[in-house]
Amino acid sequence: MQKILLLGDEAIAQGALDSGLSGMYAYPGTPSTEIMEYVQASGEAAARNIHRYWSANEKTALEAALGMSYAGKRAMVAMKHVGLNVAADPFINSAVTGINGGLIVVAADDPSMHSSQNEQDSRFYGKFSFIPVFEPSNQQEAYDMVFDGFHLSEKYRIPVLFRITTRLAHSRAAVERRPEEHEKPFHLPSDPRQFVLLPAIARIKYKALLSTYESVKYDNSLSKYNVFKDGKNRRIGIITCGIAHNYLMENFQDSEPDFPVLKIAAYPFPKDLISDLTSRCEEVLVLEEGYPVVEEALRGILDNSLKILGRLDGAVPREGELNPSLVAKAIGMKSEPLMKVPSIVKSRPPSFCKGCGHSDTFNAVIEALKPFKSNGVFSDIGCYTLAALPPYNIITSCVDMGASVTMAIGAADAGLHPSVAVIGDSTFTHSGMTGLLDAVIKESPITIIISDNSTTGMTGGQKSHATGRLPAICEGIGVAPEHIRTIVPLRKNHEENVRIMKEEFKYRGVSVIISERECIQTATRRRKAEASENNSNV
Amino acid sequence: MKSDIVLSGVGGQGILSIASIIGLAAVENNLYLKQSEVHGMSQRGGDVQSHLRLSGKPVSSDLIPYGKADLIVSVEPMESLRYLPWLSKSGWLVTNSAPFINIDDYPPVEEILKEIRKIKNHKIVDADAIAKEAGSSRSGNMVILGAASPYLNMPFSSLENSVRKFFGKKGEEIVEVNLKALRAGRNA
Repeated sequence: MQKILLLGDEAIAQGALDSGLSGMYAYPGTPSTEIMEYVQASGEAAARNIHRYWSANEKTALEAALGMSYAGKRAMVAMKHVGLNVAADPFINSAVTGINGGLIVVAADDPSMHSSQNEQDSRFYGKFSFIPVFEPSNQQEAYDMVFDGFHLSEKYRIPVLFRITTRLAHSRAAVERRPEEHEKPFHLPSDPRQFVLLPAIARIKYKALLSTYESVKYDNSLSKYNVFKDGKNRRIGIITCGIAHNYLMENFQDSEPDFPVLKIAAYPFPKDLISDLTSRCEEVLVLEEGYPVVEEALRGILDNSLKILGRLDGAVPREGELNPSLVAKAIGMKSEPLMKVPSIVKSRPPSFCKGCGHSDTFNAVIEALKPFKSNGVFSDIGCYTLAALPPYNIITSCVDMGASVTMAIGAADAGLHPSVAVIGDSTFTHSGMTGLLDAVIKESPITIIISDNSTTGMTGGQKSHATGRLPAICEGIGVAPEHIRTIVPLRKNHEENVRIMKEEFKYRGVSVIISERECIQTATRRRKAEASENNSNV
Repeated sequence: MKSDIVLSGVGGQGILSIASIIGLAAVENNLYLKQSEVHGMSQRGGDVQSHLRLSGKPVSSDLIPYGKADLIVSVEPMESLRYLPWLSKSGWLVTNSAPFINIDDYPPVEEILKEIRKIKNHKIVDADAIAKEAGSSRSGNMVILGAASPYLNMPFSSLENSVRKFFGKKGEEIVEVNLKALRAGRNA
């Protein structure tokens, strides 16, 4: 079959397309964004009319995917790790309802927090919800596992979780495609009460789920990804999870390791294989990306005679992503830099693009706040969070999607005035609108500035649900029309924008300032596309 | 054959295009390949890097271990130094001499070049000027790729083919400008 170069994200997307996907659902979030983008760019997805629109947030995405599964078709939903927190409610309950058409949930974790607020490990969610987890170690495995994931999901009628990390998501390698599978026909669940989680029904279904979780680990489509390879050297045995296997093998380029190695790439993890390994070794080293999930399970609460090495005893650092050099050190091999970074090299943090509307918005905010002796504004997740850095230093919070609005409400409740939130347009429609409703109901004295660049900027410019709808949304939620102000963040409007902000900061009620100017990146791309369109029309 | 390459620069300078073009050439030469990229937050004017690994055998790690890179290819001089911990003893450092200054404390360029000259195998080219001369000031990344090409362990003609494939959709004119920049870099 044909081989193509794919990012780990793209391999999952291609695997889904080739295994009969009917609907892709997602909200953009690094490092998961390219899964949906690949489906959206696929000619085949267009020809088959596969569902491929962004959702308002991860929760709506997962629920819609569950709805497609309800109707008998295969669906995939993709998000970054913290997105699974947003979608946790339907995720955990979807294990109890079970599925009809195959359902795969992809959570892309970001150890070392390259573009995230934490480095939570999504494998916990698998155990928490009794959902099997696939953790591919390379691009080919990521592709192949989608086929097995859908089969497993349909065979046991439960959703399946894919856990990937940044390095796999954003690394490219050749992937060999398989023969395509057909999409599933539309068919409604045979039991009309399957998805009705009334307590009496939920109790029965939960009991069934617990027994399914026990049997699923022996199914070949899951268990074949967990491989034990014995070795003569019994001093140490090594357990690798997912991508950590590559970092171990990197240190054995010319010879195979002589100690036993258990490669885990699917969960619930294999107790029998772990016993095979631990029964013949003096000590065990656990290498896993993210939290010490397997290591903690091995250690248990009671200490046993086996010596266990890993993140908890410092053999591997407790936090941050792994790499070949850290793994080399853990197995007593040497892998150190030969040269240092010269002291002349300065750090180059990310910054607003030249001409970015966010920077004009914040320049106005900073000046408008001066008379109030404010210590800053609550803010949110997106490019605009960069105003926490110099020269702006104006942001005092960035917690989770939508929290700027609700934290401003709570601080106002405690007496802060003016209590100001700055939130992006896409973040606002993701999780800011419900907070605004709280504010309207309570008549909270807060000002929400929606820095509207008409795109989801930080993740590369995906379509924003908010575009063209913000004044109507705010009015519909109940903000007084005279306190919904629209400004254009340009240097020439600075004085006027500052004046409008000061007016609304003084007002002791809910006000919204929509600061609207298209993202400089998407505007440039749009103009280029339009220009080439015009040229080809000539 | 093994070639471990660190590509570096500042977000928006086109290092991922360099990576894609070498990747296409690797496929033409039936090599195994892994290429890790940086997406997301740091793309906004921050330092960006890509690890590109080519080999005659399957590649294990997506990341290059410390001290094992055969080549650092940088479209920005200060950024070339940021990845020295990855460079091997016999490795080459190929960099643009034209700085991208978007921070207040950017050091004097001459001092950066002095540090680069301390590396045994280094090649410094003024990619911005050469690109301009070749007809497109935005092809500096192709000049750097051309300058690094002797150390890539693959025929120059496969890189030319890849440039044609990569820019093909954008029309013959764009292809020619980039080929010209690539060749100018090779001869620099």
